[in-house]
Amino acid sequence: MSLDVNGVIYETDEEGYLANLNDWTMSIAKAQADKDGAELEDAHWEVIHFLREYYNEYQISPAVRILTKAIGKRLGSDKGNSKYLYELFPHGPAKQACKYAGLPKPTGCI
Amino acid sequence: MANREYTVPQLFKHIETPKIEPNSMQLPGPFKAKSNHQQTLGFPSELIDNWQQNAIDAMGQAVNQSRGLRVFLDSCVKCGACTDKCHYYLGSADPKNMPVARQDLFRNVYRKYHTPAGRFLSKLGLDWLIGGQEMNRSVLDDWYNYYHQCSECRRCTVYCPYGIDTSEITMAARNIMSQIGVGQKYSTEVISKVYQVGNNLGLPEAALQNTLEGLEEDIEEETGIFVKLPLDQVGADILLVAPSADFFAEPHVDGLIGYAKVLHESGISWTFSSKASEAANFGLFIGNEDSMRKIALRIREAAIDLGVKRIIFGECGHAWRVAYNYLETLAGPFDFLDKNHPMPQHICEFTHDLIQRNQLTLDPSRNNDKTVTFHDSCNVARASNMGGISGGQFSIPRDIIKAVCNRYVDMAKDTIHGATFCCGGGGGLLTDDLMEVRVKGALPRMTALNNVVEEQGVTHMAAICAICKSQFSKILPVYGMDMDMIVSLHQLVGTAIILTGQKKTIHQKIENQHRLL
Repeated sequence: MSLDVNGVIYETDEEGYLANLNDWTMSIAKAQADKDGAELEDAHWEVIHFLREYYNEYQISPAVRILTKAIGKRLGSDKGNSKYLYELFPHGPAKQACKYAGLPKPTGCI
Repeated sequence: MANREYTVPQLFKHIETPKIEPNSMQLPGPFKAKSNHQQTLGFPSELIDNWQQNAIDAMGQAVNQSRGLRVFLDSCVKCGACTDKCHYYLGSADPKNMPVARQDLFRNVYRKYHTPAGRFLSKLGLDWLIGGQEMNRSVLDDWYNYYHQCSECRRCTVYCPYGIDTSEITMAARNIMSQIGVGQKYSTEVISKVYQVGNNLGLPEAALQNTLEGLEEDIEEETGIFVKLPLDQVGADILLVAPSADFFAEPHVDGLIGYAKVLHESGISWTFSSKASEAANFGLFIGNEDSMRKIALRIREAAIDLGVKRIIFGECGHAWRVAYNYLETLAGPFDFLDKNHPMPQHICEFTHDLIQRNQLTLDPSRNNDKTVTFHDSCNVARASNMGGISGGQFSIPRDIIKAVCNRYVDMAKDTIHGATFCCGGGGGLLTDDLMEVRVKGALPRMTALNNVVEEQGVTHMAAICAICKSQFSKILPVYGMDMDMIVSLHQLVGTAIILTGQKKTIHQKIENQHRLL
């Protein structure tokens, strides 16, 4: 599977998750969101950038509570909850946001 | 291989037996394993040459090693008792999801190659007389598809007059497929992460430490009491082995906070382990004993390294099945542990014991916003026990819930205890590429739940399995119910506990405000 962004082909897995973390650019995130019919606004980018920062430090995407707490700190406590994150990423914030952030899909008993 | 369009089954008052719709679930099956994951598990990276003969030989080895498997294959009399017992059949109407038909995909090949009559009649070209089936590509495709529409839950076994265990046949088929290079992406990826990082999620030690520290802050903010969530604490009495989803997902993490509060109040020292930071054992799902053993040995090694006296398992259904039935065989003897305590012990047994001895201060009114029911997880219900008393695996979780909640209601009798329905996502099926199978397989449980919601005002369903919790979080909204209805049993305990020194007036953060997965 692959993703074509402005003529450049990027390798992805069967569900459109980027194969190589270092390939990621904001244009790729936009192209992935376009495919899902989603539009990325400032609030989405806050989540995406936080996920990438956390992944760079810990080699895994953050647990739910860590993500909601961090977003609450950055965007205001009224936004530090999963309801808000679900509004941003209706297909499930962890999986959908990880996809746009170029991170591997979280798997396990989740 | 993306999910195709499908119709979500309608909820009726009763669990109806559908009219058969042949081949309605004729699908490509889940994503195939990546070659690197196959290799990590010691399997060929892709379908090997001469795979037919290798599959036949592997089947011969399987029936010679397991007398049980041979008996299950030989003893079916086609009575039909199992046909309407599988949640995947009830939700999909595909007759190949009737347990007997699922077994026959394997049995027919077995008859041709591994029974005296089959071998003799094959020489005459008459093996069709006994239903003999050649091992060919179409059979392999059916195996891959339909053995990934079985969650190894064993409900059919309960109703079979001969006790034929379809899960053993599913496991044998999956193991044979792995050995010829046809593994499933989800399970092999998860097992690879256990080998390489220590848990299903691939949560490294630093991330685990960071997560636990965050939870300590949350508990202190909620209660005013510092509760330590220790990691790799050498010399602790108890090693707590939880599913890694408990560190990561909602509502799982609220259950983990519950364990921590209970253990804190017990006054007994305890620890998590970064080496055994996973209770699950997906080796069971793929029917591979080597993987099961390797995964189980981590727990033994962690217990020895940390010098613990006891091992307690968190809320994970199949982990408890493996621990209860096989841990001693796979990784024993555990003679270095304190013999005065059960080995293994379930966190529910531990909490139940403390409640019985009045060691916990509980305020069930803190759960007064809920009317709770309990989903018996299949692996706990049909493959284990708790407390060493008959039916303890049913009564102990319910006793705990009743001690921490004022309103408890059971679902219909033919959907609980030993007759419980699988959540629809067990046995290695909890992956998005099997979403249609998961949605349809959840129909019987959703029907039973919806009935108690409508008739008795149930607001929440508690479970003691990470897979059940994740599956329900995803599936409840599909059936028009709220994803927050599913809670961890120890989340209810954690809400009701008043920690020693905790002011009773402190505002409680009721339940999980942030649900993500």
